[in-house]
Amino acid sequence: MAEELGNNETARFEQAMLPHLDAAYNLARWLVRAPQDAEDVVQEAYLRAFRFWRGYQGGDARAWLLAIVRNTSYSLLEKKRPAELAEEFDETVHRNETERPSQEAEMIFSAESRSVREALERLPVRFREALVLREFEGLSYKQIAQAMDVPIGTVMSSLARARAQLRDLIVGARAAEVRRAV
Amino acid sequence: MPCKDKEVLLHAYLDGELDLRSSLEFEEHLKTCAECKEELQTQQNLRKALQGAEAYHRAPGGLEARVRKALPQSSARVVALRGRMRTVEWLALAAAIAIAVFLGMRIATTRMHGADDLVAQEVVASHVRSLQPGHLMDVASTDQHTVKPWFNGRIDFAPTVNDFSAQGFPLTGGRLDSIEGRSVAALVYQRRKHVINVLIWPDESKTESAARTEESNGFHLVHWQSGGMNYWMISDIDAADLRELAGLLGH
Repeated sequence: MAEELGNNETARFEQAMLPHLDAAYNLARWLVRAPQDAEDVVQEAYLRAFRFWRGYQGGDARAWLLAIVRNTSYSLLEKKRPAELAEEFDETVHRNETERPSQEAEMIFSAESRSVREALERLPVRFREALVLREFEGLSYKQIAQAMDVPIGTVMSSLARARAQLRDLIVGARAAEVRRAV
Repeated sequence: MPCKDKEVLLHAYLDGELDLRSSLEFEEHLKTCAECKEELQTQQNLRKALQGAEAYHRAPGGLEARVRKALPQSSARVVALRGRMRTVEWLALAAAIAIAVFLGMRIATTRMHGADDLVAQEVVASHVRSLQPGHLMDVASTDQHTVKPWFNGRIDFAPTVNDFSAQGFPLTGGRLDSIEGRSVAALVYQRRKHVINVLIWPDESKTESAARTEESNGFHLVHWQSGGMNYWMISDIDAADLRELAGLLGH
């Protein structure tokens, strides 16, 4: 009976967790960036998840898995590229005060996909993380807080700052483009 | 720039995280504050830009196989089969599995022992996989003379293929499957719309054994060895029905 359970356990785990492979990879990819590292992270995260599987109490399986992917990504960054975890964003450099808000909305509206992706890539890892979990995975503040292991207030301020910086980066790039074109 | 004290509120509003009262209060504020209103528009555009930026990285092909392989007792073999599955099929699969697991938990399972245990688990997995859309049959035919030649060149043995429509077990097709890492012939029979998988592969020990009936995960399994072949039958129908088919198959 115990062996039977052991076997079923793997099957159940796979059924519950493998549908979230894209989400896992997407998060890992945005956090560690290099495709090969992201694949390593996903494999390691699934192994970790399997070890913790018995402790999984139900709830949103994807959010549960993403928390593990997130922690695994950070482990890799700590080992391979600790500088990225320490990086801070210099807001003053990118702030373009000459743009009027109405222009900003328009510039973002017409921004090219590539420049949006580049801007997201340039955010500090913790901001990238909050945005990916919120915008691509639609996690609630509470789920993001659990995944990042921070209070909800921190999630809220992280998201606000992340979006402000993202906006500045996109607007800055767009303004530079326009200047070049003139 | 939005009001300093409203910035976090604005994002929570954007994300639908405010309770009703705070939400209404913020909407009141928006009516009188052009700057916050602008900012909200900007942030809504930013969200659209992000979501339209093709910035979602889907898992590369092969990653699923790699993950399955790394997991204990994994069923890596299935992966090749599912590459083409679409979301709808996934949902159907998830439902089928959920039902299977549910039944598995509801119906008392019989203990199984030894090496048969592992085979039984693989047979159950094979059966569950076969119920996924598009996986039941490689060759769909009720004609035994179509099904039998189909196996030629695909496996290194010749299973006996007979149609038992007259006895209430129509043959509906066959496919290749894999048990314990070797290719096996899977014959698909039906009984009152229930699927019966019969897995056949050579038995190295060449023993003759009586049919044994097991129950696992809510499925009935009947297996025996005869004429140098292993036979494993599995279905959700009654064990008695299965034994009847076993009799027809020459046990």
